Amino acid sequence: MWRETRLATILHVQSTRRKPRCAMSSCPLECQPQEYNFKGNVRSENLVEFDGVDFSYGATPILCNVDIGFPKGKVIAIMGGSGSGKTTLLRLIGGQLKPDAGNVRFEGEAINFMSHARLYASRRRMGMLFQFGALFTDLSVFENVAFPFREHLQLPEPMIRDLVLMKLHAVGLRGAHRLKPAELSGGMARRVALARAIALDPSLMMYDEPFAGLDPISVAVIANLIRRLNSALGATSIVVTHDVEESFKIVDYVYFISQGEIVAQGTPAELRESEQPYVRQFVQGQGDGPVRFHYPAGAYDADLGVGG
Amino acid sequence: MTAALAGGLRLIGRLTVDGVWRLGVASRFMSIVLLRSATTFRRFRLLIDEVYFAGALSLIIIVISGLFVGLVLGLQGYETLKRYGSAEAVGTLVALLLVRELGPVVSALLFASRAGSAITAEIGIMKSTEQLSAMEMMAVDPYSRVLAPMFWGGFISMPLLAAIFSAMGIVGGYLIAVVVIGVDAGAFWSQMEANVDFRNDILNGVIKSIVFGGAVTAIAVFEGYDALPTAEGVSHAVTRTVVTSALAVLALDFVLTAFMFTGI
Repeated sequence: MWRETRLATILHVQSTRRKPRCAMSSCPLECQPQEYNFKGNVRSENLVEFDGVDFSYGATPILCNVDIGFPKGKVIAIMGGSGSGKTTLLRLIGGQLKPDAGNVRFEGEAINFMSHARLYASRRRMGMLFQFGALFTDLSVFENVAFPFREHLQLPEPMIRDLVLMKLHAVGLRGAHRLKPAELSGGMARRVALARAIALDPSLMMYDEPFAGLDPISVAVIANLIRRLNSALGATSIVVTHDVEESFKIVDYVYFISQGEIVAQGTPAELRESEQPYVRQFVQGQGDGPVRFHYPAGAYDADLGVGG
Repeated sequence: MTAALAGGLRLIGRLTVDGVWRLGVASRFMSIVLLRSATTFRRFRLLIDEVYFAGALSLIIIVISGLFVGLVLGLQGYETLKRYGSAEAVGTLVALLLVRELGPVVSALLFASRAGSAITAEIGIMKSTEQLSAMEMMAVDPYSRVLAPMFWGGFISMPLLAAIFSAMGIVGGYLIAVVVIGVDAGAFWSQMEANVDFRNDILNGVIKSIVFGGAVTAIAVFEGYDALPTAEGVSHAVTRTVVTSALAVLALDFVLTAFMFTGI
């Protein structure tokens, strides 16, 4: 309980323990009661909320009774191993996927019940940086960043030009506006995609593995941009990552997700000192632990055809 | 024996159910594309770009193929008609074959190979590189912004390409029959004019090319959107586009010909 009180103080919201629902629901995962469930009971404090969300791809369960909140103005990381359901969380927030059960709320409104028009109106207040940028390869850097302006706003060309150059300046690539995406390095492409994502000054920024495949300098640049842009936009940022070192430097709070459940949460300082085996394994990068090195298999001897 | 029979029946059943299911998904997909087509016509520039992509860029292969098909038809037609003493009818033969059958069918097959595969590949790669997802997250509907313009661009281009193919074929037939072999030019054109009917021949050919254009482009757009987001997935989708389009064009051609020219 002390931990929840402390978290509530840090994030200026109160936490509520919710009744675990999975045991009674049809979710095929064997969910344990979430020990550190955190969810603001003051709705206005959370920009995004997951309320008992189950999700599966066909017969494969991905999320089970996820019940978390993302307070306004904070940079929050979602961490976990590959295939743990991190990116699925982002896609649920963006309304690209719908939960099997529960609600995902953005600004207090359930995304999964929004009409097509309402969903698209909400997305105009969201920005998303995709893992590899997802730049339009047939358009120049300038046109990529201009894309949201041209699609949504009836602005005169000189104003679009100024806005695009301002956004590119914010990510340090004003001088690259004539280049094509194919001429950019991985880090530059990610920064251009970031400029495009912040074009309409979103209230929510989502980052899907923003550090993946980048050199250390690019990682530091992107990390600084995430923190700086969050402050400049007054936005809330959700960073899906498994880069412990870099993300712990810039985020206010971290959720750990494993096998579809939130298994740990806290500030970076708390998690560094955590005794939880999963957190220790993840933060210290240990090869074996609660997350097994070996994929489940039968007896090794039997597979090799030796022994009795 | 019984088990093998049951297994065979099960396989046929599963394939049938899968086929019907996929047809349903494709129909639903195309309904959404059609329902969200308003943007395509409101923002005319999108449509022009796609007509250029699917139509103008296919011109070279259509023009050259049409010319060669016309040259062959001229040669073969002359050799056959000469035996019956009606070599002057070669113009009629070339024109009827082209506007009724070869123009729409061959240009549709070429269109499927050139533009259809390009449409599938472009959509498939946009999907696998998350460009379509990025568009969705920027509150831009990919159906309205990308898929509908591509469909209408191909749909409009195909009849124009078929007309150009037929025209080039007739030019090819003229070059062989009149310029090379020496058939009388007046007889070549006048017989063609007298025997090719606008409604029964040309209009039916145009209807065929419109139907083929719709089928090929719908298959190309659907296969691209339905592709698995991997290199292998896109490659398979492109193959499926070409094969399915070719089969669809030939099957539709049989059905349309049966209705149009035989009075069935």
